[in-house]
Amino acid sequence: MSQSLNNVIKQAEQIILGKPQQIRLALTCLLARGHLLIEDLPGVGKTTLAHVLACTLGLQFQRIQFTSDLLPADILGVSVYQRDSEKFEFHPGPIFAQMILADEVNRATPKAQSALLEAMEEQQVTIEGLTRPLPAPFFVIATQNPSYQVGTFPLPESQLDRFLMRIQMGYPDAQAERGLLSGVDRREIISRLTPQMESSELLALQQRVKAVFVSPALLDYVQAILRHTRESARYTHGLSPRAGLALLSAARAWALLDERDTVIPEDVQAVLPGVVNHRLQATGEHQHQSNGTLARELIEAVAIP
Amino acid sequence: MSKSVIYGLLLSILMVIAPHANHLPAWVSSLCVALLLWRSYLTHSGNPLPKHWLLTLLTFACLGGIAISFHTLFGREAAVTLLILMVALKFMELRTARDVMVLIYLSCFIVITNFFYSQSIPTALYMLATLLAVVTTWIHLYAQNIALKPRLRIATALLLQAIPLTLILFVLFPRIQGPLWGLPQDAFASSGLDDRMSPGSLSRLSLSDAVAFRVSYAGKPPAREQMYWRGPVLWQFDGRTWIPGNTAYSVAPQFTELDQAIDYTVTLEPHNKTWLFMLDMPNKISVPSSLTHDFQVLSKTPVNSRLRYEARSHLVSHANLREANWQIQRALQLPPTLNPKALQLAATWRDNGANDAAVVRSALAYLNQQGFQYTLEPPLLPGANSIDDFLFTSKKGFCEHYASAFVFLMRAAHIPARVVTGYQGGEFNYIGNYYIVRQSDAHAWAEVWLSGQGWVRVDPTAVIAPARVQTNVAAAVPASETAALPFITRMTSNPPAWLSNLRLNWDILGFRWNQWVLGYNTERQFAFLTSLGMENITWQNMSIIMTTGIWLVIGLFALFMLRHLFANQPDKVQAAWLGLCRKLAKSGLPRAAHEGAQDYAARIAAARPELADTIRDLAARYSALRYGAVRDEQAQREFLQRAAALKI
Repeated sequence: MSQSLNNVIKQAEQIILGKPQQIRLALTCLLARGHLLIEDLPGVGKTTLAHVLACTLGLQFQRIQFTSDLLPADILGVSVYQRDSEKFEFHPGPIFAQMILADEVNRATPKAQSALLEAMEEQQVTIEGLTRPLPAPFFVIATQNPSYQVGTFPLPESQLDRFLMRIQMGYPDAQAERGLLSGVDRREIISRLTPQMESSELLALQQRVKAVFVSPALLDYVQAILRHTRESARYTHGLSPRAGLALLSAARAWALLDERDTVIPEDVQAVLPGVVNHRLQATGEHQHQSNGTLARELIEAVAIP
Repeated sequence: MSKSVIYGLLLSILMVIAPHANHLPAWVSSLCVALLLWRSYLTHSGNPLPKHWLLTLLTFACLGGIAISFHTLFGREAAVTLLILMVALKFMELRTARDVMVLIYLSCFIVITNFFYSQSIPTALYMLATLLAVVTTWIHLYAQNIALKPRLRIATALLLQAIPLTLILFVLFPRIQGPLWGLPQDAFASSGLDDRMSPGSLSRLSLSDAVAFRVSYAGKPPAREQMYWRGPVLWQFDGRTWIPGNTAYSVAPQFTELDQAIDYTVTLEPHNKTWLFMLDMPNKISVPSSLTHDFQVLSKTPVNSRLRYEARSHLVSHANLREANWQIQRALQLPPTLNPKALQLAATWRDNGANDAAVVRSALAYLNQQGFQYTLEPPLLPGANSIDDFLFTSKKGFCEHYASAFVFLMRAAHIPARVVTGYQGGEFNYIGNYYIVRQSDAHAWAEVWLSGQGWVRVDPTAVIAPARVQTNVAAAVPASETAALPFITRMTSNPPAWLSNLRLNWDILGFRWNQWVLGYNTERQFAFLTSLGMENITWQNMSIIMTTGIWLVIGLFALFMLRHLFANQPDKVQAAWLGLCRKLAKSGLPRAAHEGAQDYAARIAAARPELADTIRDLAARYSALRYGAVRDEQAQREFLQRAAALKI
C-alpha cells in the first residue's frame, strides 16, 4: 500500500479532528474518480476538508463561491478582446484546476449550477465552439447547505446523480471539539502544509482502483442490494444501474484504502450510505426518516449471499 | 383500499352474475345492477358507505322479496338468488381487505352455480374467463402497484398451474352416485315425445332443433328410410287422442329375426321419461331395461342424465306371430259412433272380399291418390268426427294425422293396428361419422298385425311425402312453411359446405364434451383407468393415487419455484464458514445475515478476546477465498482444516 496515501490520511486527521470516516470517504471518492457533495450546516469544516485535501495531495486548488448572481462565465472563463494583439484571448475560469471547491452550490441559479455539473460529467468544457480539456486529476467537492434554508436552489435528482457520494460532516465529538477550540488556527496550519503526494502518483492510484478485484460472489451481493431497492415498497424508485456502478467503484476505492486488492462486502457496506443516500427516496410513510437510517436499513435488509 | 381494486372487483362480480340474469326475477337483476352502480358512484365520489341500519333493512327486504318470489328460501333457485343478492349487498359494506377476500370467495362459488343452468362448452369457457378476472382482482388486492398486463399474466399462470391438479381431481375423484353428488333432478331442461298423441303434438315438436340422441353404427348404417326409432306405442283412441291404454300385460314378446343384426351405440339426451329409443325391432341393449310386449324398451328409472347404450336391432323380423286374442281386441278398439264416413270407406275395401294385405294396399293407394298434403300447419279440426273431417274435407295433415287416420281405417276394416311414435331419420355428421337425431325428427307411423307376418310397419306418411323419410321434414313440407322450422333443420336440406362443416364439427365437440367431461361417470372412469393399465380400482385406491398425484404436482411446482435455492448451493468454503457461524451462534454470538466476515470477526474478538486471533485469521482467509481473484487449493484446504478445528 502506498506509504504516501497513509501520510495523506494522517496529515488530514491531524487538522480535521474526529472525522476520520469523512476523510476516508472523501479520499475514496477522489480515488474512484467521482465527485463529492458535502451537505451540512455552515461552519462544520466542509471548506477546511477540501482545503486540506488539496494541499496534502498537492493539487491545484480553486474555490468558487456560488451566489445567486453567479454566471456560467464566472466558472468557465471568458474571451476578452486584447487591444495590443487585436485578438480575443481566452481567460480560463476557476474551473481549470485540479481540485475545485464549489462552495454553497445550491445558492446559485440552476444555469450556473449546470455549467459546473456539465464540466464535472464531461471532464472538459466547451466555450465559443472550442473544447478545452480540464486538468487531470479533476475533483470537485461541492458543499451545500441543507435545502430548507432560505434562498436556495436545491439540485434536482438528475444532477445529484452526478456526485458519486454525498456525505455529512456532523458536529465533532467533545474531545475533538476541545482540541479544535484549544488548538492553533486551522487556516494557519493549512498554509504551512506540505504536499504528501505527486499528482502523477494520484493518477496511478486511480488506475489501481480499477484493478481491484470484484468476485462473482460480491456481484451477487451488490445485485441483491439493487434488487431489494427495486422490490421494496419503502423507496419511491429503486437504484439505477449507474448507482450500482457507483457503488462498485466506490467499494473498490475503499478496498484500496484498506490495503486490499479484492472487494469484500464490508467495503460495500462502508460506502453504501454515501453512495445511495442522495439516490434513494423513501415513500410516503417513511419520508421523514433521516437518510442515515434509510441506508442502515438497506444494509440490514440484505443478507450477504 | 384503492379505488382500482374496488372497480376491478365490481367488474369481475358483474361478469360472474351476468349469466344469471337469464333466470333471475327482474327485480333481483335490477337491484343488483343498482347496488353495483351505487357502489361505484360512492367509490368515485368518495362519499361514505351507507349506514348499517339501512343495509340491515335492505337485507331483510331482499329476504322477503325472495320468499314472495319463490315461496321458499331453499332450493336451487331461491338459494342462488339469495347468494347473488347477498354478494351485491356485501359490496355496500366493503371496507377492508378481508371483505374483498370474502367477495372473491363468494364469486368463485357463484361461478360454480352457473353450471346448474348450463354445462355447455361456451359456458365453461365464459366461466374460465370470469375466474381469470376474479383471480386478477385478487392479485391486485395484494400487489396494488402491478400493472394490469403483468397482473393478467400472473393470473393466467396461476390458472395454468391449476390445470394438472384439476386433471388429477377430475380423472381420479371417486364418482359416488347419489343425490349429494349429482346435479338437481331438474337441472336438465327436457322436451321430447309424450306418451299421448293428439293432432298437433308432433308438429309442435318438429319446431325444436334440440338433440334427442346421437347414434353411431358399428357397421354399415341402414338406409335412411329404414331408420325408425321406436318410442311409445299407442293403442287406445278416443276420437281425438291416442294413449297407450292398458300396459299391465307382461308376456314377453316373440321375435324371430330374418336378417343381419345392426349394432349401434346411442347417446341419449335426458328426457325425463323411461323410453330408450332403438331401431325397429329391438333385440339387445347394454343397460338394464325391460322390453314390453309391444317392443317398447323401457329404462328402470326416468332418463334424467345423459345415457349411453349399445344396442342391436333387426330391420326385418317376425314380431308376435301369435298374438293373444285380447290383444287383437285391443288393436281393434274404436270409439263406436264417431267418424261414420271413414267407417264406411273402410267397409267398401272389405266388400270385395279382399284379404288384409289387399286392404292395406287399398288404403295406401287411397291416401296416395286423393290429393293429400303433408303440412306443418294443418287446419284445426275441432269437430267430434275429426278423422272424417281430415279424410274428406281438409286433406292436410302432419304425420300424426296420417298415422291416426290410417290406424283408424285399418281398425274399421277389422285389421288389428296400432300407432307407434318415435323418431325417423336423422342427420348424418360425416365428419364425426355419426347420426344426430333431433326433436324435429319426431315421427308417428302405424303397425298392422297380419296373420303369418306378425306386426308389420306401415308408414302412411311415406306414401304422401316420401321426402320425409328419405331426407327430412324440411324437404317434405311446402316451401312456404319451412321458415317456421328450426334453423338447423332448414339448413340441412341445402347448406353451404363451410357452414355445415362448422356446424358438424361443433356438434362433434359437443358430443365429445358430453361423453368425456359431463358424462364421465363411474363406468367411464373405470373404463378409462383400466385402459391406463390400472388394476384393482376401488375408491380407496383412487383416493390414494389422487392424493399422491396432488402432492407430487405441488411438490414439482415447489421445486420449480425454489430452484434458485438449489442453484445457489454454497460451495465448500462458504459451507465451512456458515458452519463456523453456526458454531459461534450456539455460543450466543450469532452472525446477522447482513454482517460481513470481518465485521463479525471484530465483534467476536471484542466479546471473546481469547478467540480474537483465530477468528480474525479465519475471517481474513474466508474473505480472501470467497472474494479473492485467485482460487488457491492449498489456501482452501488450510481454511477448511482450521475452520473444522475451531473449538469454542
